[in-house]
Amino acid sequence: MPVLELAGKNITFNDEGFMEDHKQWDEAVAREIAAKVGIPELNERHFTVLNYMRKAYEENGTGPSIRALTKQSGIPTKELYELFPKGPAKKAARIAGIPKPQGCI
Amino acid sequence: MKRLLILGAGTAGTMMANKLHAVLEPKDWEITIVDEDETHYYQPGFLFIPFGIYQKRDVIKPKRNFLPSGVNVEFAGIDLIEPDAQKVSLNNGKKLSYDYLIVATGCGIHPEETEGMSGDAWHETIFDFYTVEGATALARFFKTWEGGNLVINPVEMPIKCPVAPLEFAFLADWWFTEQGKRDKVEIHYVTPLPGAFTKPIASDKLGDFLDRKNIHLTSEFATGSVDPDKKKLISWDGDEIDYDVLVTVPTNAGSAVIERSGMGDELNFVPTEKHTLKAKNYENVFVLGDATNLPSSKAGSVAHFQADILTENFLRAIDGLPLHEGFDGHANCFIESGFGKGLLIDFNYDVEPLPGKFPLPGAGPFSLLEESKINHYGKMMFRWVYWHLLLRGAELPIEPQMNLYGKVR
Ligand SMILES: Cc1cc2nc3c(=O)[nH]c(=O)nc-3n(C[C@H](O)[C@H](O)[C@H](O)COP(=O)(O)OP(=O)(O)OC[C@H]3O[C@@H](n4cnc5c(N)ncnc54)[C@H](O)[C@@H]3O)c2cc1C
Repeated sequence: MPVLELAGKNITFNDEGFMEDHKQWDEAVAREIAAKVGIPELNERHFTVLNYMRKAYEENGTGPSIRALTKQSGIPTKELYELFPKGPAKKAARIAGIPKPQGCI
Repeated sequence: MKRLLILGAGTAGTMMANKLHAVLEPKDWEITIVDEDETHYYQPGFLFIPFGIYQKRDVIKPKRNFLPSGVNVEFAGIDLIEPDAQKVSLNNGKKLSYDYLIVATGCGIHPEETEGMSGDAWHETIFDFYTVEGATALARFFKTWEGGNLVINPVEMPIKCPVAPLEFAFLADWWFTEQGKRDKVEIHYVTPLPGAFTKPIASDKLGDFLDRKNIHLTSEFATGSVDPDKKKLISWDGDEIDYDVLVTVPTNAGSAVIERSGMGDELNFVPTEKHTLKAKNYENVFVLGDATNLPSSKAGSVAHFQADILTENFLRAIDGLPLHEGFDGHANCFIESGFGKGLLIDFNYDVEPLPGKFPLPGAGPFSLLEESKINHYGKMMFRWVYWHLLLRGAELPIEPQMNLYGKVR
């Protein structure tokens, strides 16, 4: 399993590129992962989504589906795809440092 | 006298009424089942209607015929479930109270969830085949269609019978060949999944089938809207796909009464314990069939396996015994692949569909993930099995738990 040095920490990723331990996450780590998946800047809206995803993961043990995300975070689907192009549920989960959502597309 | 109330008399509710009526003491139990529709639809048959193989009359029968005479039947809409008060209100003014509740209200399609889908073009150039109306409208359209670009698109997961849109693509390839029009029809399968199917081995195999049948595949396409005038399918990312006729499987969601009653998730599916089928948030409520939020396939065969487990667990619950964690997510689906052939997949929560042989006393063996004629007969025989055995709760020679025997990794 690949270990990468991001924002001064050694972080372990699984083979699909999701962080093994979500507790190693911080905003600086998020920025570095984002840059690797093609999102050069993270703004406040990105972090609204990321923090919501982390909270949902801590409460339910799995990341939310896109529907749950839009319904509960109040961010419209269209904007979600603008923030995280090509599969927001998966991409945002990677940047949020949580496992791949179950049954996610 | 204790009261058992079953909501929904589709595949799952009908099986539960039959199974529990056979084992509960009539002097101790009053069983009531509610449904708003007096007609039972054999939904797997909808797939064959657009190609003229079945007609509406081949897929419908009165619900009454399948319910035992000792069970009270209410034909009315369910307005509200109040799990804390243990009461259910119907749209005919009746209020029913219960000791135990089984929720089997299924799921349905929601074209209005996708912008541009359900307007004037609905059932003119945009069709579903998940309702008898959609399937018969499409049969009518295909009769005189000159050809063009046929796009098949499941909008988002989960959908009931996740292989049905693929089967539709295979049958379309066969049917237009039979009609001598295949060279005039482009078939394009557009899916939100990373490949042809949800699980990797089956996805590869089925992907090969698409290739061989000259069906174009676009994966990871998240449908955002439809432009019915320009005839374009548009993704949330702004990618566009042209169609002449769009065959969609719109967003599937649980019954609206689940939402009204505050019992569902974001798609009105009821949170359910994965292995026992008890509702997560309520003690004396069980859920089965398409109404659950479980990651098993939403299919009649799955509802059948669940009905076996739930019968046992219901008897345990009323005796105050711990529930059996018996449901393993088992699904067993024939996949019609056209030209009189079919495939079979058999899998559960943990084991993806694998190749090999599926032994079945009296009928098999069926080949797994390989085309064969006998799999096609299995699929066509399923309608008889459904009406005569499955709905009536009869024992079938297939265990509820998946078995690795015959499968090859
Ligand atoms: C095109 C197609 C092909 C399929 N092919 C296959 C296949 O090959 N093999 C297979 O195993 N499965 C197949 N399926 C899936 C299978 O039909 C379903 O999984 C199965 O019918 C689910 O049973 P259920 O009882 O959960 O839901 P349903 O059978 O849909 O029953 C739900 C019932 O609840 C009632 N209801 C809901 N809300 C209310 C309310 N508010 N008030 C009153 N009544 C209400 C409805 O009227 C309905 O009768 C297919 C489905 C489709 C659409």
